[in-house]
Amino acid sequence: MSSFEISKERIEALKAGHRVLAEFRYEPQPVEKGYAGQTLYVNVGTHTIATKPVDERMKRTFIGGRGFDLWLLWNAVSSDTRWDSPENEIVIASGPLGGTTQYPGTGKSIAVTLSPLTGVPIDSNVGGYFGPLLKFAGFDALEVQGIADEEVIVFIDGNQGLVQILTAPEESVNSHLLAEEMVALFGQTPQEKQGISSVSAGVGAEHTLIGCLNFSFYDPRRQLTRLKQAGRGGLGTVLRQKRVKALVVKYVGVKGDSNHPADLQPIQQVGARMHREIYERDPIMFTMRLDGTNHLTKIMNDYDILPVHNFRYGSHPEAEKIYSPHFQKYFRYDAPDGCWYGCTLACAKFAAGLELRSGPDKGQVVTVDGPEYETVAGIGANCGIWNAHDVLEANFYCDAYGIDTISFGTALAFVMECYEEGILNKEITGGLELKFGNGDAMLELLHQMGRGEGFGLIVGQGIRRMKQIFAERYGADPQFLQDIGMEAKGLEYSEYVTKESLAQQGGYGLANKGPQHDEAWLIFMDAVNNQIPTFEDKAEALHYFPMWRTWFGLNGLCKLPWNDVEPADNRVRYRGIEAAKVPEHVQNYVELFRAITGRDDVRSGDDLIRMSEGVYNFQRLFNLKMGQGTRQHDAIPYRSVGPVTDVEYESRAERYDKQLRELVGIDPTGMSTAEKRLALRRYREGQYEKLIDAVYKRRGWNENGIPTLEKVRELGLDFPDVVELIEKHSR
Amino acid sequence: MKVLVTNDELCIGCHLCEDVCSHAWYKEINRAKSSIRITSLGNAEWNMAVCNQCGQCIVVCPTQALSRDKQGVVRLKKELCVGCLSCVGFCPTQTFYVHPDYVEPIKCIACGLCTKECPTGAIAIETLPDQEIAK
Repeated sequence: MSSFEISKERIEALKAGHRVLAEFRYEPQPVEKGYAGQTLYVNVGTHTIATKPVDERMKRTFIGGRGFDLWLLWNAVSSDTRWDSPENEIVIASGPLGGTTQYPGTGKSIAVTLSPLTGVPIDSNVGGYFGPLLKFAGFDALEVQGIADEEVIVFIDGNQGLVQILTAPEESVNSHLLAEEMVALFGQTPQEKQGISSVSAGVGAEHTLIGCLNFSFYDPRRQLTRLKQAGRGGLGTVLRQKRVKALVVKYVGVKGDSNHPADLQPIQQVGARMHREIYERDPIMFTMRLDGTNHLTKIMNDYDILPVHNFRYGSHPEAEKIYSPHFQKYFRYDAPDGCWYGCTLACAKFAAGLELRSGPDKGQVVTVDGPEYETVAGIGANCGIWNAHDVLEANFYCDAYGIDTISFGTALAFVMECYEEGILNKEITGGLELKFGNGDAMLELLHQMGRGEGFGLIVGQGIRRMKQIFAERYGADPQFLQDIGMEAKGLEYSEYVTKESLAQQGGYGLANKGPQHDEAWLIFMDAVNNQIPTFEDKAEALHYFPMWRTWFGLNGLCKLPWNDVEPADNRVRYRGIEAAKVPEHVQNYVELFRAITGRDDVRSGDDLIRMSEGVYNFQRLFNLKMGQGTRQHDAIPYRSVGPVTDVEYESRAERYDKQLRELVGIDPTGMSTAEKRLALRRYREGQYEKLIDAVYKRRGWNENGIPTLEKVRELGLDFPDVVELIEKHSR
Repeated sequence: MKVLVTNDELCIGCHLCEDVCSHAWYKEINRAKSSIRITSLGNAEWNMAVCNQCGQCIVVCPTQALSRDKQGVVRLKKELCVGCLSCVGFCPTQTFYVHPDYVEPIKCIACGLCTKECPTGAIAIETLPDQEIAK
């Protein structure tokens, strides 16, 4: 049972606080070929609830998921809209393949908003049951607009055909409690509870710009709610700014054909085959079922790409202390750990028996969903905290408070380097000794974000704003801050060292939303296996892989079952980049898309790539609409490109000296470290600019990174306001 | 634990057990709907594949649709099943089957009807001692 069980008295108190502010009734209709055929619009400020039709052009151009989110948001905001404007929205969608039970990784929701950190759309791909249940309740997407006058929850009952905006004065704000409260309020039996999912944030999201959304699902064996995070870009901050405590959907009755697919048989065939492949291959490949994504920590450390001490280094002698075995003792393997039905890859690990040593729940023994690799690498390695308990405890509180573990870890690593460099001191931090490795200070800073006080409020602004604050208030060198502050477009980097992979520098720098690895992960292909040596090769990879990975987000899918397990003969049948594409799995997705939607015109992986290309270019244009989306906004900090400091250079001097000789054509003999570092910097920064040129060309963009009118017409994106936008920037 | 046990050496490949099974549970003679599968190994040898009630599937079911009854037989509650087929992929003996007419998988419940029709006694119902079995 949960440590945070909700009593009957508590439920009655919650109910007593509910007042119906708006109510909307509709006739529930079955999903047809993966689409509900309409979206739901809720304005919590004006108390408007309405539906919008999904027409054929919307399906063809935007497919679903992130595509639908972006299209709805585009139509809701103007170029003057800011993250905290009433017209900004949180849009959440599944996708036509979402909610398929037979194939692993089909329960994802994609959440989009104008980000408090970047000012442009952020998209975050998250597990939990919300997206599929929303679709089966009758809606391909949910738009939440406006700012409520008082605390509310939005409740969607897909069985009754009812949508309500309810006052919610008594509900908890923090997700670990709120998610339990929603299940207790709206569900009685285990089956009903499994039919409920909530989206919520926490008090940390109120006090920072790095708030995340928690998407819940009910675990019937353990009799508690689990939480998955739409972490990136401050989505939770936007939810709390709207005074929404939770978005709740209820739909009881999910079956294997709830999508009403055009043809069930191929879905069952590829699904059963894929489960078998995971059964046979996962134990000898990536052990996702045993370790979740944290199996990566050892691999990254081994290849010198685990971020250590604010991305200065790629490995550390103590890294072993946060490898998987140290978390296995917390994990429980007594129930399936998929974050949607049928995900046998089961990376959503469940940690139990964690006794909290800090914060408002100190002394409580709690459960935690996770930790993911990104959390272990960000809060652990990047901050030099080689302690599994502290990483788990931070994971628990980040989720509870609604804070993104990636931005938290990367921002804290930046602050710790500033502290060690003397830019910050105890006077500035309010007594926190923010040196690398100080787990106590890390947890206290997190609780400050929860309480809304102290230095936590500064760190919660994110790196871009901190750079400005530290330069203006404390006289720090703006160039040094720019070099070591691991953000681009305002978003904190996720947790991979890219210094030796030019392609991955582009994978991060050219990502529409900011530096998140879900657009491209090319480090092995580029730096380890040397499979994409030329600029053209890299540009091709930076076309194919971002488009391919975008496709998962259009369809309500998870990327992991694509290449975190491979058929036994994948690397026999295919070589190099072709093997990295995992062609058999791509074909699975072609079959799934055809079988669910009935679209016989979709025959190959190339057809899937074309779907993504439209949405990807549209998102780029959305950035342009918001005053960004050009070359200058694809700039990246030098820490992601090469060694910023002498110490960094010297730590891998042999590697860098060799590169000076062989790549730059300079004999480093007799040069000082600083001279060598600057020579390497000139070279590497030049390489990045050449890479950008090659990628823009491949993507059909001009030299300033704007999609050409020709490209836009080819992709069917030539809506009048899109054409006007491009023409305005061509003048 | 009640379980259907087979003796491949006695099987003559008449497929009667498959027909009886599909007719009993799906009211049609259709071997693709049987929970026993008889396949030829050549040279008049046959492989008989049927669930041994090991219960590994119970652990991977996300909805608790699979559970063991009082006789130790692993039963599927169709009303709880979401048709994810995790049990099919994770069945150690690969004796959980799928047919596109149904979203739920097809599984032997050791009813024993097939044993009554088998002309050679190649199939029998036995009660085995409970071992370390999944609950």
